[in-house]
Amino acid sequence: MARAATTTDAFNAIAEPRRREILDLLAGGERPVNDLVGATGLTQPQVSKHLRVLREVGAVTVREQGRQRLYRLVPLALKPIHDWVRDYERLWEERFTELDAVLDDLRAKEEDDGDDE
Amino acid sequence: MAMTSSGRATVELKGDREILITREFDAPAALVYRAWTDPELVPRWWTAKRGTMDVCEIDLRVGGAWRYVMTAEGGFEVGFHGEYREIVPGERLVHTEVYEGMPDAAALDTITYEERDGRTLVTMLVTHELPEHRDAHIASGMEHGLQDALDLLEETARSLA
Repeated sequence: MARAATTTDAFNAIAEPRRREILDLLAGGERPVNDLVGATGLTQPQVSKHLRVLREVGAVTVREQGRQRLYRLVPLALKPIHDWVRDYERLWEERFTELDAVLDDLRAKEEDDGDDE
Repeated sequence: MAMTSSGRATVELKGDREILITREFDAPAALVYRAWTDPELVPRWWTAKRGTMDVCEIDLRVGGAWRYVMTAEGGFEVGFHGEYREIVPGERLVHTEVYEGMPDAAALDTITYEERDGRTLVTMLVTHELPEHRDAHIASGMEHGLQDALDLLEETARSLA
C-alpha cells in the first residue's frame, strides 16, 4: 500500500506542468530560487511551493551557499517518467496537428459550398 | 486582434486517477466536433501518422458503441472501444474507453468543446477507476516502460528515507 502511494504521489508531483517546467530549467544545471522565479514568471512563494513538492518526492535536492538556496535535479531516477509524460503529450500533439489539417479542409469545403449557393 | 496559430497540446495528471489533455484549435466548435466524431474523418488524424487505421466504427448515440483499431509501424496492433454515455453535439461528449490490451480497466472520457471568437478549446478528461489503471494507460504504447521508471523512482524514494 505504501508503495502505491509513494509512486503515485511522485508521479503526480513530476507531471504537473509548472513543476515539469521547473525540472526542465534545472536540467540545465543547479540554480537558485530567484533564477527560477525569473524564468517561470511565477511568484517566489509559488516556486517555493513547487520546489517543496519536488523535494518531498526526491526529484530535486537543495544546498545552502551563502544566503542562497541552490536547487539541483536528481536526474537519473526521474527522467524516464518526465520523458514519457512528454511522449504522451507528443502523441496528442501529433494527432492534433493532423486534426488541424482536417479542419482546414473542412473549412475550405464549407467556403466552396457557400459559393455554390 | 493578434492572430495566433493553434495552441500546443498539454497533458496534465490530476489527482491519482485522471489525465487532462487540452488543446486550442483555430476553428469553430461545430467543425472540431465533426472531425472528432465522423468515421470518415477520424482516421485522418487519430493515428498521428504512426500507423494505419484498420477499424473506425462510431455509432454516435447514447448507448452506441465505438471502436478504433490501429496497426502501428512494425505490425503492432492496438485497439480501443467504448460506449457513448452523453452527447451534446458541438459541446460535450462522454464515453467509456477500454484499451483492448487491458480489458478490465475501463476509463470514462469527458470531452468538451468551448468556442470563443471562432476558436475552440478542447479539453479531454480521462478518468480511470483505479490509479494503477491510469498509470498503465499512459504507459501503453510507450517505448519507455513505465515499470522501469517507477522502479527507479522507488529506489530514489527509498534512498531518501
